[in-house]
Amino acid sequence: MNGAGGATDWPERLYTALKRADVRQVGYVPDAGHARLIARCRADPDINDVALTTEEEGVALAAGAWLGGERAALLMQSSGVGNCINMLSLARACCFPVLMVITMRGEWEEFNPWQVPMGSIVEPVLKLCDAEIYRARVPEEVDGLAEHAACRAFEHERIVALILSQRLIGKKVWTK
Amino acid sequence: MSLSRRAAMAALVRDRGEDLLVVPGLGSTTWDLAAAGDDPRNFYLWGAMGGAAMIGLGLALAQPKKRVAVITGDGEMLMGLGALATIAAKRPRNLALIVFDNGVYGETGGQPSHTAYGVGLADLARAAGFADSIDVLDAPGLAGLAERLRALSGPLFACVRIAADESPRVLPLRDGVALKRRFRAALGLKP
Repeated sequence: MNGAGGATDWPERLYTALKRADVRQVGYVPDAGHARLIARCRADPDINDVALTTEEEGVALAAGAWLGGERAALLMQSSGVGNCINMLSLARACCFPVLMVITMRGEWEEFNPWQVPMGSIVEPVLKLCDAEIYRARVPEEVDGLAEHAACRAFEHERIVALILSQRLIGKKVWTK
Repeated sequence: MSLSRRAAMAALVRDRGEDLLVVPGLGSTTWDLAAAGDDPRNFYLWGAMGGAAMIGLGLALAQPKKRVAVITGDGEMLMGLGALATIAAKRPRNLALIVFDNGVYGETGGQPSHTAYGVGLADLARAAGFADSIDVLDAPGLAGLAERLRALSGPLFACVRIAADESPRVLPLRDGVALKRRFRAALGLKP
């Protein structure tokens, strides 16, 4: 791992941004790109980490958290966006904040062609769901975009997607 | 004789106390809760099918000193069965998941649901990890459930067998933003 400002410390930057935003519930479907952030959240006694069976559960979780006065974030891979679409109606109908942090697959140097169909439509689908979209391409962008995304979600009760480009995350290693 | 859904809802929320928050599922259980008496601590659902249980989990985690009752239908629960695993793994002590099971999709013409073919929701919940998962078949069982809800040390799952007849619709407020704001205000939160 590099030092602060290095190319691989973006999970730490995200964790710091979530803490600064006072996020208390983190729902996730396990994903290799989010592994370090998930580990940080699980180790944090002030965060209720909730392993989900499917991403749409996380949208409902975030709505319930907000009803009860807490802020939630959802960590998912791009394929999970498709699982959220109908449940995002709940957030749209009631103006619930939903902060989605999405690791991309199906773009830069993707080995698995089955990741491409959903990965390639993540942004248009989210736009149709009335989400605001911010995309981080390099580690240096992560702090600022994460802070802004959290502000838009929680201060303005919006659906916000912070997308982490596959190039930022790095290639999945298929042969070990 | 099966329980009446309206009487069952009334029994569960009667003398609810200051600390009971209720999330019904879309459709009949929302009408049942409205019929039992409006309250800002009810978060009626007009959509989000399959999401009631998870809304309840987020709420229960955020408000550990309150009791949260999700009271939904068999069809709504069937759409979000994964939530049984998610909630059982998290073990919130203050969450009760109560399903009014009539074996039909009442809002859409009474088509049989999976429970009509023998799928047992309380068995599924138990297998998912709800140590406390019960079937409620009659009035004494319902009285027992209401008592457990009052002294909730959950997570609790209950499948309440109700009659399949339809009750007249009682429609609550359907502005989602207004429902959210009054719910939060009732908890002393910024609306």
